[in-house]
Amino acid sequence: MSITKSAVERVAHLARIHIEPADIDKYALDLSQILDLVEQMNSVPTSEVEPLAHPQDIELRLRPDQVTEVNARERLQAVAPAAERGLYLVPRIIE
Amino acid sequence: MSALSAMLERGEISSVELIQCFLDRIDRSQELNAFITVDAEGALTQAQSADRSRANGHAGALTGLPIAHKDIFCSRGLKTTCGSRMLEDFVSPYDATVVERLADTGTVLVGKTNMDEFAMGSSTETSWFGPARNPWSRSRVAGGSSGGSAAAVAARLVPVATGTDTGGSIRQPAAFCGLTGLKPSYGRVSRYGMIAYASSLDQGGPIAQSAEDAALLLQAMAGFDPRDATSLDKEVPDYTSALKQPVAGLTIGLPKEFFDSSVDESVRYASHAALAEFEKLGARLTDISLPNSAAGIPCFYVIAPAEASSNLSRFDGVRYGYRTESYRDLNEMYEKTRAEGFGIEVKRRIMIGTFALSAGYYDAYYRKAQQIRQIIADDFREAFRHCDYIAGPTSPTTAFALGEKTNDPVSMYLSDIFTITANLAGIPAISIPVGFDNTGLPIGLQLTGQSFDEPGLLKLAHRYQQVTDWHRHLPKDFS
Repeated sequence: MSITKSAVERVAHLARIHIEPADIDKYALDLSQILDLVEQMNSVPTSEVEPLAHPQDIELRLRPDQVTEVNARERLQAVAPAAERGLYLVPRIIE
Repeated sequence: MSALSAMLERGEISSVELIQCFLDRIDRSQELNAFITVDAEGALTQAQSADRSRANGHAGALTGLPIAHKDIFCSRGLKTTCGSRMLEDFVSPYDATVVERLADTGTVLVGKTNMDEFAMGSSTETSWFGPARNPWSRSRVAGGSSGGSAAAVAARLVPVATGTDTGGSIRQPAAFCGLTGLKPSYGRVSRYGMIAYASSLDQGGPIAQSAEDAALLLQAMAGFDPRDATSLDKEVPDYTSALKQPVAGLTIGLPKEFFDSSVDESVRYASHAALAEFEKLGARLTDISLPNSAAGIPCFYVIAPAEASSNLSRFDGVRYGYRTESYRDLNEMYEKTRAEGFGIEVKRRIMIGTFALSAGYYDAYYRKAQQIRQIIADDFREAFRHCDYIAGPTSPTTAFALGEKTNDPVSMYLSDIFTITANLAGIPAISIPVGFDNTGLPIGLQLTGQSFDEPGLLKLAHRYQQVTDWHRHLPKDFS
């Protein structure tokens, strides 16, 4: 399947990745080639096959509802690009 | 490793001296670009502590021995970059379980190894820090994504290193560098603190010079971890004692799809010669078929990017990692941060994954891929009714040239054709060195087993290494 320039722009927006206009053609070509590879799946009939989501056939385990983590806010926020008074700083989103 | 450990035990050398010796080797081999971070000071401090433990009678099999971790494992107080500009300056606030467990055994962490960005690649060329080079030929790739770990072990810059394997990222670099690399069964090794690429496929494992060393390292890595929801609460066997079990009477299946004309003649020849050795050890060879293995690559390139697009959404410039310099609003901050922080291959895979999961395409891509995944797992189940293990080349070629495949993503993807299906099925597989091509590049043979049969794979590899010496060869500049 060949993917159009507008589809590249739509997907880039959904993925929150800015793409320079000059690079869109290159992405359209690369992604189309990858989709051509992916579509080789269609040579295998699968109508009756149950999808496999996970390699081990187990149920997720439950754990006791107990506090296991201590508050490590300062340590975790020390690696943030911008944090102040325990808050992560981002551009204003509510006027 | 056991030889080095014996020297420490006999007091012939201290851990501090041993670590200094490896640090010197690392320093002389910078052109390989095997490491992203080397922590000489921290390593020597850990070595002093290991020497004290030994003096007090508290030394185990790994105490005081050097190790390197792939830079995908979070290590407290040390940079964890994942090969990406996005995490160029990221210092993890916590240790991955694998890092913690190996530190508990007394190993000395000397540094973090180079890798494809976010483990997306088969050559370590997508690393933000430049490609690792193959110690057997500096113009060749070391494989990927755990190429830095493989280059480091092959050049004896460390005796062992950790890697991770999502579609072949331990086994293919091990094959390209003449090493033993094991991808364990899904759920065997904790993924806590191992930066996620494709969560249903990723597994950590050892890259070593021999099956014996791989067994020692896996012993320390494996086991239940309540902090990883996909870790299995299943007893860990004694991998070292498993090495001594016989091979006689076992059946090894040879999938006809793995020996076709797409495989280099030298690789096919070396694989057949290795299989003849297994026959001499008493194993029986039988022809089998994995009829849908060719669909493994297309299936993988839906599932892995789909999971990656979700996993990598966390890199948004808010809580950690890179943030772009200037932006007008939140959306622009996200979009520019991710445009500048991620390299081209990561962006391609995020976009493919986003596309495959987007409205209207889910059934045609993601659901279809999960159905193929079931069929591939069924193929293995059927094959294991006729044999105990499956053998074939790890990679269709030996190490390719740097730059050879960088402009053609699809041709790069195809180099994982034989390794990818074990990840999709969640089963363990090991690559062992079985010879060299006519230019002197190593060749790897892959052995695949049923879930949790790591002991059997290590045993096969070890018995082969008892009667051959391919794993003892050294690249000529690194003896």
